[in-house]
Amino acid sequence: MNGFGIRIEGLRKRYGDGETAVNALVDVNLTVAPGEVVGLIGPSGSGKSTLLKCLGAVIEPTSGRMTLGDDVIYDGGWKISDLRALRRDRIGFVFQAPYLIPFLDVTDNVALLPMLAGHTNSESRQRALELLDALDVGHRAKAQPSQLSGGEQQRVAIARALANYPPVVLADEPTAPLDSERALSVIRILNQMAQQYSAAVIVVTHDEKIIPTFKRLYHIRDGQTFEGHGEGRAL
Amino acid sequence: MISLAGRDILHSWGKFVLTGMGLGLLIGLTLSMAGIYRGMVDDAKALLNNSGADLWVVQKDTLGPYAESSSIRDDLYRAILGMPGVTRAANVTYLTMQVRQGDADVRTMVVGFEPGQPGEPEYLVAGRHVTRNHYEAVADVKTGFRIGESIRIRRHDFVVVGLTRRMVSSGGDPMVFVPLKDAQEAQFLKDNDAIVNERARTAANPSLNRPWVPGLLDAIVASQTSNRNVNAILVQVSPNARPTAVAAEIERWKHLQAYSREQMEEILVAKLIATSAKQIALFLVILAIVSGAIVAFIIYTMTLGKIREIAVLKLIGTHNRTIAAMILQQALGLGLIGFIVGKMVATAWAPIFPKYVLLVPSDALWGFVAVMVICAIASTLAIRAALRVDPATAIGG
Repeated sequence: MNGFGIRIEGLRKRYGDGETAVNALVDVNLTVAPGEVVGLIGPSGSGKSTLLKCLGAVIEPTSGRMTLGDDVIYDGGWKISDLRALRRDRIGFVFQAPYLIPFLDVTDNVALLPMLAGHTNSESRQRALELLDALDVGHRAKAQPSQLSGGEQQRVAIARALANYPPVVLADEPTAPLDSERALSVIRILNQMAQQYSAAVIVVTHDEKIIPTFKRLYHIRDGQTFEGHGEGRAL
Repeated sequence: MISLAGRDILHSWGKFVLTGMGLGLLIGLTLSMAGIYRGMVDDAKALLNNSGADLWVVQKDTLGPYAESSSIRDDLYRAILGMPGVTRAANVTYLTMQVRQGDADVRTMVVGFEPGQPGEPEYLVAGRHVTRNHYEAVADVKTGFRIGESIRIRRHDFVVVGLTRRMVSSGGDPMVFVPLKDAQEAQFLKDNDAIVNERARTAANPSLNRPWVPGLLDAIVASQTSNRNVNAILVQVSPNARPTAVAAEIERWKHLQAYSREQMEEILVAKLIATSAKQIALFLVILAIVSGAIVAFIIYTMTLGKIREIAVLKLIGTHNRTIAAMILQQALGLGLIGFIVGKMVATAWAPIFPKYVLLVPSDALWGFVAVMVICAIASTLAIRAALRVDPATAIGG
């Protein structure tokens, strides 16, 4: 391990060609250590979502270098052939809305990832129950997503993101639909989980309530990142 | 791995069951259409079986007596009886007509037969066979007549003395068996007014009423008021004779047409009900297309409703084949529910149809395979849509 959960150097992303080309990411440099939670903030159209999609291996950058743990996953081209497995095993996603699978109960929503990774059903459910307990929603393990509150749904979504113990978790506006108390609770949980599972967590946010809680922040503007220090307010 | 399709179906089982029931009614209709065709073929075969004949001897160059009209003299059977290989030969007439049954009309095929000869109903379910020479009848139970009731045929009333079952024409009309002479009269003789009118016309015709030829007019009138024709002769051949060889001999020496059982079946199935069969086949094709379109539309709509979930599934690393399998399984599940409902309703409403509906297990099996194949094909549209979902859509922006 090189001491970084994720390291991005000189990442660029251009959409289109010629005069209509748009440089969504111009020069992105970013590092997050295992167990660390950093904020990524910026105005609309600054390139936050593009960066998340590049990090999430759902779109290909134009150039640059991305390293996950000890593995270079992108260096002018993908260095890993199975991006689907990369997303499944090494990147956790938390979305603005929980996007739980409505026809699976809470346990199976979380257990689905280990199952997809080839773990047995019982092993996957056991892991899901442990995570749900850790996130204080173990008592809703058999409930359907529609029976949960917004905060509970988001905690289940976090449990799902951590189900394969990924070294990186990407959270896209995870507190947007929540009130202050619940939003802070989600950030607290993300910090705890990052520590517990040594995950590097990037939280993309506009949420003024939670921005003061980050110790480190990245500002993104016109496709460029600028590192800054946060207040690191106690949670 | 959990069954995503199974969970989705269980989660929204009400929608699936209701949709499956709607599809099932359509499949039931399809199975019934196939059953109607089978019933028509079975009716045709029942007609041939019930006649008890190996050969049907009819007017030359006709496809009689069922597919075309045929008229031959009623004494020809004697000549046929004397031919090698022939064991029994009997005249029959067939006349399709409406008869009154209470307050309603019943469409029947009136069969004239000679008691104890081919053409007689093989078995009765009630009553006795016709034993008197005139005005007794045996009716199929489907006519609705009961023993002791009277059937009006042309000018005469016939008493029902026996009931039989599954004695129907190729068109599915139940049969009424009456003595041959009565049937000939019903078929060929005119009513009294027409006879009087015909006599007057004949008497007024100078070429038929010649004063210097006494007895000519009487002879002509007598020939007009009597009938010596039948529609066919049913022939049974000896066990060691080949029906086709006997038929060839009859055609060669008697200048008549003789059809074997296979030929008559060909006439009834391939010619007489061919148009109906094509009609039904076209209906089946249309129903299959409509069913496929409905399944495709439903599955496609259901898939579009899950686009976000599919994007999330793809983003978290679900195989495309897992997502495709989920949609395919849902389509097949819908087809299975539809088929079960369809089979049940087809079985339930088959007896209500006025014509015989024969639901053959092999048709149900083929129907099941067809439903599954149609559902699988119909799901391709939704699978295509699902596979084109970009996992990036799960991430905002």
